[in-house]
Amino acid sequence: MSLYLTALLLVAASGIPGLFLRKRGGEVAAVLLSLGAVLGLAAAARVLLGAAPSQVQLPPSPLGHPGLLVLDPVAAWFLAPVLFLSACGAVYGIGYWGDGHPGARGLRLAYGGLAAAMALLATAAQALVFLLAWEGMAVLACLLVLTEDRDPETRRAGWTFLVTTHLGTLALFAAFALLPAARFAALPAGFAASGRGTAFFLLCLLGFGVKAGVMPFHFWLPPAHAAAPSHVSALMSGVMIKMGILGLVRVIAWTPDPPLWWGALLAGLGVVSGILGVAFALGQHDLKRLLAYHSIENIGIILMGLGLGLLGRSLGHPVLAVLGFGAALFHVWNHAAFKGLLFLAAGSAVHAAGTRALDRLGGLARRMPWTAAAFLMGAWAICGLPPLNGFVSEWLLYLGSFRALELSRWPWSVALLSALALIGALALACFAKAFGIVFLGEPRSAAAVAVHEAPGSMRWPMGLLVLACATLGLAPGLVAPALDRTVGALGVSAAPLATLARFSTLSFLGLGLVLLALLLLLWLRPKRTVEVSTWDCGYAEPTARMQYTASSFAAAPVAGFRWALLPVEHRPRLRGLFPAPARYESHVADPVLDRAAAPGLRLTARGLALLRVVQGGQLPVYLLYVLLTLMFLLLWMVL
Amino acid sequence: MPGFLVFPTHVALHLLVALLLPPLIPGLIAKTKAAMAGRQGPPVLQLYYDLARLARKEAVFSRTTTWVFLAGPIGALAAGWVASLLIPFGQTPAPVAFQGDVILFAYLFGLARFLTILAALDTGSAFEGMGAAREAAFSALAEPALFLGFAALAKATQSLSLTPMLLSHGAAGGRLTGPLILVLAGWATVYLAENARIPVDDPNTHLELTMIHEVMVLDHSGRPFALVLYGASLKLVVLGALILDLLLPPTGRPWLDWLGFLAGLGALAIAVGLVESAMARFRMTKVPQFLVAGILASAFAFLLLLV
Repeated sequence: MSLYLTALLLVAASGIPGLFLRKRGGEVAAVLLSLGAVLGLAAAARVLLGAAPSQVQLPPSPLGHPGLLVLDPVAAWFLAPVLFLSACGAVYGIGYWGDGHPGARGLRLAYGGLAAAMALLATAAQALVFLLAWEGMAVLACLLVLTEDRDPETRRAGWTFLVTTHLGTLALFAAFALLPAARFAALPAGFAASGRGTAFFLLCLLGFGVKAGVMPFHFWLPPAHAAAPSHVSALMSGVMIKMGILGLVRVIAWTPDPPLWWGALLAGLGVVSGILGVAFALGQHDLKRLLAYHSIENIGIILMGLGLGLLGRSLGHPVLAVLGFGAALFHVWNHAAFKGLLFLAAGSAVHAAGTRALDRLGGLARRMPWTAAAFLMGAWAICGLPPLNGFVSEWLLYLGSFRALELSRWPWSVALLSALALIGALALACFAKAFGIVFLGEPRSAAAVAVHEAPGSMRWPMGLLVLACATLGLAPGLVAPALDRTVGALGVSAAPLATLARFSTLSFLGLGLVLLALLLLLWLRPKRTVEVSTWDCGYAEPTARMQYTASSFAAAPVAGFRWALLPVEHRPRLRGLFPAPARYESHVADPVLDRAAAPGLRLTARGLALLRVVQGGQLPVYLLYVLLTLMFLLLWMVL
Repeated sequence: MPGFLVFPTHVALHLLVALLLPPLIPGLIAKTKAAMAGRQGPPVLQLYYDLARLARKEAVFSRTTTWVFLAGPIGALAAGWVASLLIPFGQTPAPVAFQGDVILFAYLFGLARFLTILAALDTGSAFEGMGAAREAAFSALAEPALFLGFAALAKATQSLSLTPMLLSHGAAGGRLTGPLILVLAGWATVYLAENARIPVDDPNTHLELTMIHEVMVLDHSGRPFALVLYGASLKLVVLGALILDLLLPPTGRPWLDWLGFLAGLGALAIAVGLVESAMARFRMTKVPQFLVAGILASAFAFLLLLV
């Protein structure tokens, strides 16, 4: 535990020396944070490898309850990606957001703070500590989103984030007030089925769902992820939204007897988030917004796993529970690895070209081959394609949903199956679009021509994350024991995952695939002696503007999801035989934000304005209110 | 590795068939089409000659392309070979079988598609981009049809491994006949769409604007192009085995099973040729409707198994 506390301090303080240094502040912060991450990872690894959970009692606070931190397998499972990804991001930040950039010092301070808040949140075992860490995470993340606050878009994104996250926190306050004790512990039997338990679950779902970006509470996520600096987006998307999942996992762990509808609701929300998340991603023209919508899709996949696991517990099928929870928890790690990688690679491309608009990029692979390779690996993994890590967790979820068909008379899991197949195919289309438009073909603007490869300090973290994706994908058996221990903490005991899923055969076939590809490459012996222009059916003067664009590539699926995406099109009206030059524009805005959340909040603000009557701004009046309240309370006590 | 490589002769035969037989199938399809049109047609072994010729030729690369351009043909073929290890040929079990291999099988084709699409986009050609976009959109509809068929079979056979799923359906008796016909109908649409055949796609048209798969490989030449052609023929065999495994009855004699499978492959090729001779390609806007019909067929099969 002392290892963990040292790590926590190092991470939290990593940005402080940089405040006083004239230069090299980024390097110092990266070294401190990495050191903290290594110590913290060691502490997490000890617990995951079977050491007994350790705990530390904080001194009683003025508010009464003593705080409690417990490093159990669930905490360690969520702690590991937090530390790993924040260390990668800190190193990346040296080159990406150096001292020349505005607010670099503040950014580093808040970055370390955010990482520490999440590390604290993972181990918090008491309501007050949990809420303090939760609030610290929200505020620091908001400050980080607002790094480029000269841009009105960014200010709007930060504001939306702040308001939404506090609405979620409000729900959590209410939920924790319903708990029998401030200290987190198993709920009494029968609590879940009672009305109080229902309210508790729904409030938790709201509070944690907002943070996780579950549809329809996702609307804060795309603007915030797009506006933040890329290593911050990586941290937010890779691990911060997982803290919502952590909360749900804790609720699941406390509940001995979850009703059937809990699991069904989680799985249903997962299907909606998964399908609509990827559909919205297909409609985006902004690289980082596209990635942000994919986070919603992956949260959907995780929720499907949690829902399936809960259903397994309610129906009394431990095999389903193990496969569902195992898939969800493994996907938490996997998503942290490949989404972190994707945001770092996208950041490196955006940094070089100065634009996030897909249709202004193109041909980056020739000028930045390392970044392109890193992005391709991330795209490969997130599409769930073998042999990388995304496949393994989706495979576990498929296995679980197939087993549900077989073990029980619960045919609805076929919805999970078909949803997963559809999500997989659409994600493939979306990442073919993202990688193809940004990195392949010819540059579509002057900015995309003048790009240079990212410096080493930005390439190394990407390489590390590629390595993580490949290791988790090719040798999933390595983490299976740790995963078993974490799943065991969720109140299921069944056969270990490795006996339910043949990881060894999977790795064998994955290696075979790589080997076959290498053999074929050897046979091709590509010598690029003859180089011509693209054939293009005989047209010898192709221009970059003739290429397929992001919008045209995704036109068919977007049209298929028109009922949900509500794409906005501005079509030119052509008149006469020789029409004047015209413009065509289309974009997919977020209907929940634009049509429900923003108008709803405006209406609420107008309604609450009525209360201003009592807020006169005069101190004596307020003192009068205090007096009246006290008298009322006195009367109440006396009578 | 425990659990596989149990029947050495069968495994050897399986590998030989997967390695050497595929180029024969497109030849048979072309011959059937020629016979239907009253033409002589190219020799049945034409694709073998083409592959040998391409292997000796030098490849020409577009200036725009990067290493991704080669990842397309290489990755697609490697994925196809690994997938061919997972599927039983006829009534003989697959060389590698484990619970959940059915998902790996489907996702390997996803991998092949992903890399082919990227290789097409790598050329920067508008035609190839168009083909890539169509491939991505249509496959999103073919995927659920395939998986719903798997779900129906998994429900019927209580297994998630291709070998028991495809081979033990006979044990379920007559109750399975109806769903089986529906699954076959669903998979037939998947087969035609995934292999870029009429009525979804026309491999022999002269107009690039109307193609899907063929237009994506316009810029390949030499050995990479040989891999593309061979990979496409391998897909005809591997996905064909999916359909044949459901159709062929077990005979009890291994050599008869093998003969039946080979004859079945030939019959499937002739059937594809007949479809191509009898039908025209759908308009692009009609293709999704055709694929949705496939999804519905598989979904009805699943529903029938619930009652």
